[in-house]
Amino acid sequence: MTIAVEGNPTGERAASNRWARLTRPALGLLLPVAAALAWEIIVRKGWASGRLAPPPSVIFATFVDLARTGELQRDTLVTLGRVAAGFAIGVTIATIIGAAAGYSPWVRRLLDPSLQALRAIPSIAWIPLFILWLGIFEASKVTLIAVGVFFPVYLGLMGAIQSVDRKLVEVGRAFRLSDVAMVRRILLPAVLPAYVIALRSGLGLGWMFVVAAELMGASEGLGYLLIDGQQLGKPAEIVAAIVAFAIVGKATDWLIALAAAPFLRWEDVVRSE
Amino acid sequence: MLVLERVSKTYPNGVHALGGVSLEVELGEIVAVIGGSGCGKSTLLRAIGGLDPASEGSIVLDGERIVAPHAKIGIIFQEPRLLPWLKVADNVGFGLTDRPKRERAQRVAAALKRVGLSDKAAGWPRELSGGQAQRVAIARALVPRPEVLLLDEPFSALDAFTRVDLQDHLLDLWADAKPTLILVSHDVDEAIVLADRIMVMCPRPGRIFDEIAVELPRPRDRQSAAFDFVKRRVLAALDRSLNRAAAGAEDEPKANAGAALWW
Repeated sequence: MTIAVEGNPTGERAASNRWARLTRPALGLLLPVAAALAWEIIVRKGWASGRLAPPPSVIFATFVDLARTGELQRDTLVTLGRVAAGFAIGVTIATIIGAAAGYSPWVRRLLDPSLQALRAIPSIAWIPLFILWLGIFEASKVTLIAVGVFFPVYLGLMGAIQSVDRKLVEVGRAFRLSDVAMVRRILLPAVLPAYVIALRSGLGLGWMFVVAAELMGASEGLGYLLIDGQQLGKPAEIVAAIVAFAIVGKATDWLIALAAAPFLRWEDVVRSE
Repeated sequence: MLVLERVSKTYPNGVHALGGVSLEVELGEIVAVIGGSGCGKSTLLRAIGGLDPASEGSIVLDGERIVAPHAKIGIIFQEPRLLPWLKVADNVGFGLTDRPKRERAQRVAAALKRVGLSDKAAGWPRELSGGQAQRVAIARALVPRPEVLLLDEPFSALDAFTRVDLQDHLLDLWADAKPTLILVSHDVDEAIVLADRIMVMCPRPGRIFDEIAVELPRPRDRQSAAFDFVKRRVLAALDRSLNRAAAGAEDEPKANAGAALWW
């Protein structure tokens, strides 16, 4: 493997780069597409029933069916809404506490030990308690997601603030920046790359926990679709829900990356080939 | 005029880094501060810059006591310390944000032209070589037109060619507005090429051991006999400052090789 720094290649190299950029992802698709195709053929030929592991065509048909009735859209929106609410709450609290703990050693000494202790608890273990406290409806689900989102964002932001290059802070001092200007012109931009990574891993956990929450009891949502498919023996519905999770999860992650990209163009882009 | 009176610095951990340094520097003078490691020369510079205020004594610039970074004082560090998230031009204009946009743009463009990096204005700092980045740092420090410019071993991280190049370039830039320059250096040649006066410091606690005036016309020829003569004097003073025999310094083989101090 070689590591190349992204630059502005010219002429022939640009052309070959463009070709490579198109073909490189294609190589990664080879295996899943081949496997799907093979399974499709095996089921069509009658070598396997495909009852518990439906072939791609059946999954696709189920997906389209669910979309036609509007069920898929409704469940996706419900799940998306839960993740969005939990993510917003978790990120807000994590950002405030993470910033305070990163900025002030005093706050860190006060809060960090307790938070580290809570972090050691697998978050899904909270579910029964949250249901007792908050009921089985939205509040307990959103809370669980918020807890899942909280920790990576809190840790990422606190660590990022602590590791801001003190030499750059000193440049700010030499130019007599006020506290506010120091935060806005030095700390914020310095922390942003790590913060974006923390948001993305927080979102990933948010998607993980929405599944857990919805599996525990829900009457709608993609997680409900999973349970419904299991109870009614419709594996195609389960796989269709999984595919929907993958698509929405990836799309939301991509949105964060896209929103942050204009602010992170200064970063040394290292691409591995 | 910059006046230092019995400036001392004791760090909270008890280290007595500076023990009463007194010094007067005229506007437009170039003073080099040299000495072995731990002689407090960087501490002195940081005190003048207001980054680490002195624990005793006073630093007064034009009648005003310096206890924190001051608008009339610019600092250039050993590393360029450019902000990686700002374009080169925005780095140069970093200290001008209170100025109208047009004035800022003009002064930044002029400064970049002066250091020969106009074509890099829209680039990122990461695209610059070490010497280019340090030139941008010099431009950034000069753009607010400081009265005093402090340089903390500014060229020590660069290769020999770039270093000599930037020393000449610095003198060139200095001639524009003739600010006071106070330069901390490890490099005897650098001190002699640049300075009007060389202060030799000695350690534990740091204080001024000797002062050597350099009365060579500029531009100074690094190969000339007069240059060599001054260099011998400086090296001898350095040796004495480290409690070595003054007599031995003249014929020690390392004395003539010692462009950079290796101890």
